[in-house]
Amino acid sequence: MGITVIKPGLLGTIQDLGRYGYGSLGINSSGAMDRYAARVANLLVGNQQHEAVMELHFPGPQLLFEQNAFISITGGNFSPTLNDEPLPLWQPLLIRKNTILHFPGLRYGARCYIAIHGGFDVDPWLGSASTNLKAGAGGFKGRKFEKGDELLSREGPLYFAGWMKDWKDVVALNWRADTTSVYRYPHEIFFTAGHEHSLLTASATKDLVSNNFIIRPFSDRMGYRLKGPLLESAGTAELVSTGVSFGTIQLLPGGELIVLMADHQTTGGYPRIGHVISAHLPRLAQLRPSEAIQFTQVDHAIAESLLFRMENDLQILEHSCTDHLNTRACKV
Amino acid sequence: MTETYHIFPLGDGAVTIDLGNNISEALNNKVLAMQHWLLAHPFTGQLDIVIAYSSLTVFYDPYTVSNFYHPPGLVSGYVREILLQAFRQSGEHILANEETVHIPVCYDPPFNPDLRSLAHDKQMDAEEIIRLHTEPTYRVYTIGFLPGFSYMATVHDSLVTPRKPVPVPVAAGSIGIAGAQTGIYSLNSPGGWHIIGRTPLKQFDPGSPSLVTLRVGNIVRFYRISTTEMEQQLEPVLSTGNK
Repeated sequence: MGITVIKPGLLGTIQDLGRYGYGSLGINSSGAMDRYAARVANLLVGNQQHEAVMELHFPGPQLLFEQNAFISITGGNFSPTLNDEPLPLWQPLLIRKNTILHFPGLRYGARCYIAIHGGFDVDPWLGSASTNLKAGAGGFKGRKFEKGDELLSREGPLYFAGWMKDWKDVVALNWRADTTSVYRYPHEIFFTAGHEHSLLTASATKDLVSNNFIIRPFSDRMGYRLKGPLLESAGTAELVSTGVSFGTIQLLPGGELIVLMADHQTTGGYPRIGHVISAHLPRLAQLRPSEAIQFTQVDHAIAESLLFRMENDLQILEHSCTDHLNTRACKV
Repeated sequence: MTETYHIFPLGDGAVTIDLGNNISEALNNKVLAMQHWLLAHPFTGQLDIVIAYSSLTVFYDPYTVSNFYHPPGLVSGYVREILLQAFRQSGEHILANEETVHIPVCYDPPFNPDLRSLAHDKQMDAEEIIRLHTEPTYRVYTIGFLPGFSYMATVHDSLVTPRKPVPVPVAAGSIGIAGAQTGIYSLNSPGGWHIIGRTPLKQFDPGSPSLVTLRVGNIVRFYRISTTEMEQQLEPVLSTGNK
């Protein structure tokens, strides 16, 4: 008894905040593309931030809840609908058993996350529940969801059945996460200079920050190919393979750019002209092919302070979610 | 002592120390020594270490580092100091993984799709290429690209060849040449290396405790096996390959 996948949708996997410690064996961290959305989803249902969540792409799946569940849906808005009732995002939801969750329309965003109170019951691989599709390991059987899969959740500490209403399929609890600061300017992406940034010619340096770049089709969890002015570099850097990270902006031989995303390789040989700041990875993860990016170069002080602001906001959210849930639990 | 190094941030969650942009056993030994030092002296917030030919990158959680150490300046500056310490306090060389690993390779069809074209390009006999490939020992310098994909060097001068312009599908176990490197595809994957043979030895197994067959620092020697020997051992490799 759990959640049964009636239709799998485009790409649904189990992810958490990534698998660390095995990079030197070529095993990359994987993990949720939009870690902010994954963390908030967990906080809303009283989980630890690093608990495993579902990451869904559009077209989304059809999911049958075979038991009552306490869930939240965050990230991209694919018009989540329970039977015929539209559901709010970024809000705790009590779902009655024998209902079907589906996603009839894409409104915005590229990835949607579902957290369930207690967490999904998957076996961790190397300390993480993230699905590594290349390795065929981690998450749910090391692969994306398929028709007929049954996902189980662990029992959580909250007795939420008492909060449900007999005549309703869904009850939305009356608090929601404020995500404005994270997604308000979705196309504005800050980066810090990479070690090979100085290879760019003066005009390419200017082109990088004064033009829009469009995300190409087939951009995925591994990386985003960008379409924009071709950037010229002075001389070529023949690099032996070296470290890259989530958000690294690489310059390809023809002058195009690629931004490495959650499933990137552990090492690469292309010049690293920049790195998207961690605080802006969530908004980048929510951009789809054909959407535009406007790059702005910032220094490390700004990168760190924006990240710390996001982390502080998450701490505050964690406390208020705990307070709300405790108050609610005491009332019953 | 290694004379030159560059330490620079790789975004806001990682710092790299680069000892020089080349393939050298001494630099790779120093990289291994620094990795061992960091694993023995981990800092709070340290997440992962990626080692490459001549560089080491440490990944960290900036918020955790900041809250634990309260560095006066930037967190990336604080981690930079730790890498400097790793550079200064680690030795030049660490005795790790230096055993020789013998890898069986079938250089016959259908496991050698690019051997003929390589022989043609180099105006050499295919047998000569096989002889030159099996003659030396190679060092594993880094593991990357795929889980368990080992980059080895250095191939005989006359075998050095640029990678293909466009990647093609490559089967797990394939042995390729690119530049002065040779390597083993650990999983089915697109790839641009010239494939001259295949090993039945599984290079990556998510269920095994060691995960991968080869480690950085290993010395590898390839030896030739027949198609019959290959096929006898091949079945388990194919049945557990990438889906």
